[in-house]
Amino acid sequence: MDLDFTPWEEEFRLRARAWLAAHVPRSPLPSLETEEGFAAHRAWEGELAADRWSVVAWPEEYGGQGVDLVSWLLFEEEYYAAGAPARVSQNGISLLAPTLFDHGTAEQRARVLPPMARGEVVWAQAWSEPEAGSDLASLRATARPVAGGWRLSGQKTWSSRAAFADRAFGLFRSGPRAERPHQGLTYVMFPLDAEGVTIRPIGRLDGKPAFAEVFLDDVFVPDEDVIGAPGDGWRIAMSTARAERGLTLRSPGRFLATADRLVRLWHAYGDPADTALRDRVADAVIGARAYQLFTWAGASRIRAGGTLGAESSLNKVFWSEYDIAVHEAALDLLGAEGELTGAEAGAAAPGTEGQGVGDRDAKAQDRGDRGAEGQGAGDQGAKGQGAEGQGAEGQGAEGGCGDPSAWTEGYVFSLAGPIYAGTNEIQRDIVAERLLGLPRGRR
Amino acid sequence: MRFLLDDERRAFARSLDGLLTAADTPAVARAWAAGDHAPGAAVWRRLADTGVFTLVAGEEYEGVGPLPVDVAVAFVELGRHAVPGPLVETAAAAALLTRLAERGVTAPAKRLLPSLVAGETRATLALPGTGPYVLDADAASLVLAVEAGQVRLAPGTVRVRASRDPPRRLAKPLPGGEVLASGPAVAGAARWALRWAALATAAQCLGVGAALLDRTVAYVKQRTQFGVPVGSFQAVKHRLADVLVGLEFARPLVFGAAVTLHEEGWGDVAAAKVAAAEAAYRSARAALQLHGAIGYSSAYDLSLWLLKARALRGAWGSVSHWRGLSLPPAPTGSRRPVSPGHPG
Repeated sequence: MDLDFTPWEEEFRLRARAWLAAHVPRSPLPSLETEEGFAAHRAWEGELAADRWSVVAWPEEYGGQGVDLVSWLLFEEEYYAAGAPARVSQNGISLLAPTLFDHGTAEQRARVLPPMARGEVVWAQAWSEPEAGSDLASLRATARPVAGGWRLSGQKTWSSRAAFADRAFGLFRSGPRAERPHQGLTYVMFPLDAEGVTIRPIGRLDGKPAFAEVFLDDVFVPDEDVIGAPGDGWRIAMSTARAERGLTLRSPGRFLATADRLVRLWHAYGDPADTALRDRVADAVIGARAYQLFTWAGASRIRAGGTLGAESSLNKVFWSEYDIAVHEAALDLLGAEGELTGAEAGAAAPGTEGQGVGDRDAKAQDRGDRGAEGQGAGDQGAKGQGAEGQGAEGQGAEGGCGDPSAWTEGYVFSLAGPIYAGTNEIQRDIVAERLLGLPRGRR
Repeated sequence: MRFLLDDERRAFARSLDGLLTAADTPAVARAWAAGDHAPGAAVWRRLADTGVFTLVAGEEYEGVGPLPVDVAVAFVELGRHAVPGPLVETAAAAALLTRLAERGVTAPAKRLLPSLVAGETRATLALPGTGPYVLDADAASLVLAVEAGQVRLAPGTVRVRASRDPPRRLAKPLPGGEVLASGPAVAGAARWALRWAALATAAQCLGVGAALLDRTVAYVKQRTQFGVPVGSFQAVKHRLADVLVGLEFARPLVFGAAVTLHEEGWGDVAAAKVAAAEAAYRSARAALQLHGAIGYSSAYDLSLWLLKARALRGAWGSVSHWRGLSLPPAPTGSRRPVSPGHPG
């Protein structure tokens, strides 16, 4: 049992660190929730891809470096430690791509993955429907077979990143429910700019347009955009869902970086006599290390030929609750400043000295205005900031720790964690039934 | 990087589990609590045969250590079976004597370590800053007190006091006695002993928490109310799921602390101590609640683990003390001028 990395892995880590040091933007990119920000993040994906850093674990033929999970985790640690931008392509990279590797055809991989790796095609997810959330298999949107393909109809909702993304993936009912609702579902990729697609943004808890409803009215999709066999979509989607809950969605590097920022905030502003708050800061450090080591154990198991199954539900409960607790500690530490969103000009922001607080506030102001514009501008005006992204960007690039608006933004984002990627109630059911062997009951 | 127990360690855990299951450790713990050390001594001898007491000291003292991962493996099983006695203390005493010898004070190690390693001697000890009591002094032939830059062989203890966890028997070492070591090596050796004590206690907590969870899962599967197993109710399932989350994220911290025990800094061992203590305690609270009234009965063996989870939570320093140690120290000059309106 060891935690030692090979000389090659150490060298890979240093190469990643050097590249990031040379390329990570000095000031944060505009928010993903703006057209400008979306474009900037898309360009950043292209910059990463140009030197093969956007998808390091993919085979070289699709734009990666062909490294294994352990090296990918090292890259992620470096990525978040460098305060690099949120990943606009995360939906595609961490959810759709694993599905294509496992269930797609060679033709689909060759066609879909390289433009995903370069940020040229950004993907949204389209799982939930108004009447199908935790009970996803009860979904009603349909795929009707026609000559050469399928016609999609129905409504998807809470669709992360749908407004600005290029394409989406989701499940559609293509056959009768038979005895079980999980049968007769088909996994489909579809364009968001096709005729018959209407996108309507939804403001998240802080009012920012963060996700969207997607209306589909007889939208044509060719056969080549169905993944796996028609009717086999549930089984395929569940493998994606595990990836989403598991370590590929939330790598430990993200939380190590957040805990590190919190510790710096504590050392800079915390009252040493406030041991109650100090204990919460300690729990942030302990939790980040726990998540890192838990992940190393999982990666070791995968290396030894094992798999991660229902354990990904432990993972999801842990990081989503952890993320909220860390941000709550930061806001309590910030006191009155922890209430500020950064959207008003002229707000004094302790902890940002030497970090260009004026610029950042101006940017925040810009973000707020544009967000409001977006909401009023109609169906295509707002952005699909959803279940991914946010958190690292602009919070640590200069070794800073205390921009209150970054912490409050992160806090609002963290609140969604126990809901998306399968609610924590569903995850606890999975843990209880599959890991502890408790009997199924009525949900 | 291979952060997994190898087959040999797994086999070691299985053999301890088998041995301790056969030993009927709940009965042993009850006898120990009543002052009857004979069944505990028999278990101690069987543990010695498996090499449990050889894992800290090195070859020159007939040990095979230092093997902190193996110590963690062993103490998870010792916790799982609620084995009574000064097990952590004996391991920590071996660490203390070993480190003293490594720093040039070899006489105490030469004299005392071989019989500790052989399992012939039980030791107990008190270390600076972690409370005045030694555990099970009446069952130990070696009572070490480390304070004021000295390691003393205490001549005995003041009266033995009952712990809320009955098999734990606590006493203050008497002043005086032979000074085994003094000088600059003592403080470092005490810190080294405390690392082993915290690691072993954390591992023990993990085992205690796992035993409580296993017993509770078994109970709620067979206990029927309203015509169904109570384990089919979501309120019950979710509480136990949270217990498992706590234990499964404490486990890598315990083994991570074992892997990095020799490194500078308290971070990993403190994290392990805090997380394992909290996870075990949460398991205990859930176990009591989900067993209902029978869990509250001292005659029911669950009580052995319930009370131990609380006692171990505070052993070798409070969770708040260890949380403080888990934080990286403040860099010099990190404190910034406080802005108006800022609370700090």
